[in-house]
Amino acid sequence: MSAAEDIAALPPRVNRGVAVLGLLYRNPIAALAALTLASIAFGAAFAPLLAVADPTALSPATRLRPASADHMLGTDHLGRDVWSRMVYGARISVTVGAAAAVLAVASGLLIGLFTGFIRWLDPVIMRIMDGLMAIPGVLLAIALVSVSGASLTTVIAAITVPEVPRVVRLVRSVVLSVREEPYVEAAVAVGTPLPLILWRHVVPNCVPPLIVQATYIAASAMLTEAILSFLGAGTPPQIPSWGNMVAEGRLLFQIAPMNLIWPGIALAVTILAVNLLGDALRDRLDPKLAKRVGQR
Amino acid sequence: MIRTTTNRRQLLGGAAAAAGLAALPRGARAASGGTLKVIPHASLTILDPVATTGYIVRNHGYLVYDTLFAQDANLEVQPQMASGVEISPDGLTYRIGLRDGLSWHDGSPVTAEDCALSLIRWGQVDGMGQRLFSYVESCTHDGTDTIVLKLSRPYGLVLQSIGKLSTNVPFMMPKRFAEYPTSQRIGADEVIGSGPFTFNAAEFRPGARVVYERNPNYVPRSEPASNAAGGKVAHLDSVEWINFPDPNTQLNALMTGEVDYWEQVPADLAPIVAGTRGVKVQNFNPLGNMGMARFNSLQGASANPGVRRAITRALNQTDLLLAAVGSPEFGEPCFSVFPCGTTYANAAGSDFIAEPDLEDAKKILAESGYDGERFVVLATTDIPVQTNYIQVVVDTMQRLGINVEAQAMDWATVLQRRASKNAIDDGGWNMFVTWWEGADLLNPVVQFALAANGDGAWVGWADDPQIEAMRTEFAEAQGVDAQKAIAERIQARFFEQNYHALLGQFFVPTGFRDNVSGILEAPPFFWNIQKT
Amino acid sequence: MALLILQRLLSTIPVLLVVAVTVFLMLRISGDPAAVLAGDTATNAQIDAVRATFGLDRPIWEQFLTWVGKVLQGDLGESLFTGQPVSLLIAQRVEPTAMLALTTILFSVAVAVPMGVIAAWRADTWVDRAVMVFAVLGFSVPVFVLGYALILGFSINLRWLPVQGYVSLLEDPIGFLRHIILPTLTLSFIYVALIARITRASVMETLGEDYIRTARAKGQIERRVLFRHALRNAAVPILTVIGLGVALLIGGVVVTESVFNIPGLGRLVVDAILRRDYPIIQGLILFFAAIYVGLNLMIDIAYTVLDPRIRY
Repeated sequence: MSAAEDIAALPPRVNRGVAVLGLLYRNPIAALAALTLASIAFGAAFAPLLAVADPTALSPATRLRPASADHMLGTDHLGRDVWSRMVYGARISVTVGAAAAVLAVASGLLIGLFTGFIRWLDPVIMRIMDGLMAIPGVLLAIALVSVSGASLTTVIAAITVPEVPRVVRLVRSVVLSVREEPYVEAAVAVGTPLPLILWRHVVPNCVPPLIVQATYIAASAMLTEAILSFLGAGTPPQIPSWGNMVAEGRLLFQIAPMNLIWPGIALAVTILAVNLLGDALRDRLDPKLAKRVGQR
Repeated sequence: MIRTTTNRRQLLGGAAAAAGLAALPRGARAASGGTLKVIPHASLTILDPVATTGYIVRNHGYLVYDTLFAQDANLEVQPQMASGVEISPDGLTYRIGLRDGLSWHDGSPVTAEDCALSLIRWGQVDGMGQRLFSYVESCTHDGTDTIVLKLSRPYGLVLQSIGKLSTNVPFMMPKRFAEYPTSQRIGADEVIGSGPFTFNAAEFRPGARVVYERNPNYVPRSEPASNAAGGKVAHLDSVEWINFPDPNTQLNALMTGEVDYWEQVPADLAPIVAGTRGVKVQNFNPLGNMGMARFNSLQGASANPGVRRAITRALNQTDLLLAAVGSPEFGEPCFSVFPCGTTYANAAGSDFIAEPDLEDAKKILAESGYDGERFVVLATTDIPVQTNYIQVVVDTMQRLGINVEAQAMDWATVLQRRASKNAIDDGGWNMFVTWWEGADLLNPVVQFALAANGDGAWVGWADDPQIEAMRTEFAEAQGVDAQKAIAERIQARFFEQNYHALLGQFFVPTGFRDNVSGILEAPPFFWNIQKT
Repeated sequence: MALLILQRLLSTIPVLLVVAVTVFLMLRISGDPAAVLAGDTATNAQIDAVRATFGLDRPIWEQFLTWVGKVLQGDLGESLFTGQPVSLLIAQRVEPTAMLALTTILFSVAVAVPMGVIAAWRADTWVDRAVMVFAVLGFSVPVFVLGYALILGFSINLRWLPVQGYVSLLEDPIGFLRHIILPTLTLSFIYVALIARITRASVMETLGEDYIRTARAKGQIERRVLFRHALRNAAVPILTVIGLGVALLIGGVVVTESVFNIPGLGRLVVDAILRRDYPIIQGLILFFAAIYVGLNLMIDIAYTVLDPRIRY
């Protein structure tokens, strides 16, 4: 294999890095989205400093208080400080979104690479993936949480599993097209080990669409987390996730509407920002992906 | 409005029955008719009131089935299907006659044989029934309309057992179902009773809708209705239970008049419901409910009475009720194992919970020899009252210095997990939280939560021969004063052992449209209700 | 063609088998419904008796084979709680869910396709941006929050529409419409977003093709170009998204049915999961999977009709 081939495979990567920065400069919506996400990430990182109280400290005697000097956003039905729960909620929701995205993309990438290259494995794995896709994701997630007990880990796992098949399909389609490229065929012909081929030639081609896909998974993970809480199969109630807060807040919406509205806004704005950023990245990194079907 | 039984019986006599009913002047039922749309507190899936103790199945049972005896609003036992009872001078033979005109929903007459078999089936399952039947030599009939109950030894609570108000209620069923083994459940097309309403099997949508229709052949007693006793006059043409998965939708539906009756309004929402034009809120269950944190007295730290006592000492019912119920109007601290305001409620041994003291609790914990062992709480996530209770209980235990591990799970999983007697590291548990209706806690015998006979007791498997001996003593005692004295001793002993901690007495109000009247005291009964 | 359909039909068997095995194993990871069935005050002996009655104490593979054997004969088993056949429960509940899905798809396509076409046609103008922001918003709001907002506005404040419930189309068409409007709007939000995005992307791509330029050059009016040529060729990806979106739709149906109290299949399956009514969960998930697979099969076949270039 010649160096020229290597370079042929690599340049897009360099350009893309620059492209992302240029994008933020030229696309104000994407810039705004990135700024929003950055501040939410900041809030999540410095939650202990921003919070005024322990987000799990109970005080039933001062429940459902309106906003005051002590409690910037009031208290919830157990007397917990809503502002502190909001700040820590950023941490939980960002964790759920990021963990689900990373886990789904990583496992999907791994499965997809092998599926695309090991021919006998392909039909088996793809039937399993088709099967998983045929089960409605929310139902699969509720069932997984119900049978394995509610904890942050199980909720993340339950959200991740239904997302994996889509990633596998995406990676496999990239692998299938790359496999036929002359430089890959050449690498195979000269006996380059499979892992090396995958790493050098295939993975770089998967990265742009996967980054885009990861943002969408992160957004839908945060949404699914809220839906699981709504259906009573979410994270344990003492954990201050925005999804939990929305689900709890809805029960007393008529009495303390802000307890639903604040986390609801936080959730919607974050997901909106992630989605907008994802769209901008997609347009920039991989215009072809825009028309690839079934990406969501 | 209550028609006399004589009139009804004449109308129903012979072949003229149908014509007679048709001839009944419409004016005689001026205020009756219509459909009452109800939001029940849970969805009905199991239809056999003997197969399970769920309150929703009991409420369903009261619509469809009838009972031999029943408790009135003063908790006195009155005859219902029974015409009367004849007790032999030695107190060993009870001859219970059936009143005239009783028939099953399929048209066949109710016989003493049907009823005797129904009692036997119930007696195999219900705690109070099992106790009764341990005194029963035979439960038969005399071939006509009299049930004959022969005892081997005298027993004071025969009629209190047969006239039990709450779950499992001894409902009467036709022989063919009363002969089912208790492991076999009555199916959806087998719901045939003799109660004031019939079950519409074709319209049954488990989890969504249950429809009951007026039983035109029901003969009510002539006395006025009082709780489960007296004349069960069905004014409504039908009662429709509609299940709502979402509490906000429940509230909205009552406010817009899409339903007429919301069985359990969350206390926080009561002021909003009450403030809506055309809607009323009222508590129909003066006995209320009692919250409990049940300990596993076999395994781990909760097997140590000192640890149980320390936790009980630390729990603050006022805080617990605020978290679980919200409005103080609907929660009342109660420091007796019997519902406050009822016959056997007392103060024996209750000093240490009446004034919770975290510091003192810490001392008790230190003396108990607790070594920081993991304490597993089965934390329900899908029942708000329990979820809120648990958060305060766990918070209190953490401040007390217990190494709490709250494992979040849905109620179905709690029911599975709590059945395990395994060690804590092997799927075992130390505590779960639930509540009982006051009607199930009225005395030491009816109260299954007090049972302390090991394997036969409620999960947690309290094992205390002293308490069991006193419960038997209570059952055999004559006269309320003697019984009260025993009840106090039982409570004093219980507060030494603390097989569960009491979390306060709370009341769940009912919301209804203002054109609905005649609602009786709970458990929700649907006869006597009128909708105009 | 017939051979092709048969081939595709056969290929669905392993998929459904995977679904069956996955669901069955997952449900048996931990515990069973015996304790729930036995009730609140049951002793352990009673729970064991219930377990034996329903065969829940037999080895998993044996339970699985028994179940699959019955399913192959068209028998989905009976609910552990009510004892009713699962097929009956599905039949009783299928209408509300099917109607809600149908109205949602019809409404979404009717709204989203024109939106997407216009956005593509006016690409990079404010119209395009407005459409796209709306589309992204559709993915960003939890379904139940939207449902509550609509109820608050149209049912509580304006009192135009009922809060909850379902009325059969056959029994009362007006009542059906009044009850179905808000749930449809709620559920359509995310679906409109999905279809509008795909439509825009597909139409933009076809607008760049030679024959469109030819058509334009020939002086055909713009609307004709858009809807006759561009949209026709964008139909394939749009159809695909509708097919794949069915899984998403079913997830949304579960929540929407809860918010609007519609007695459909979504509620049935969530209730069953929370109670561990195994036969209902297994039967329904298999049923949903079969619908998903069947629908996508039909869409595959529709491709060959819509786009003569596609051949298998």
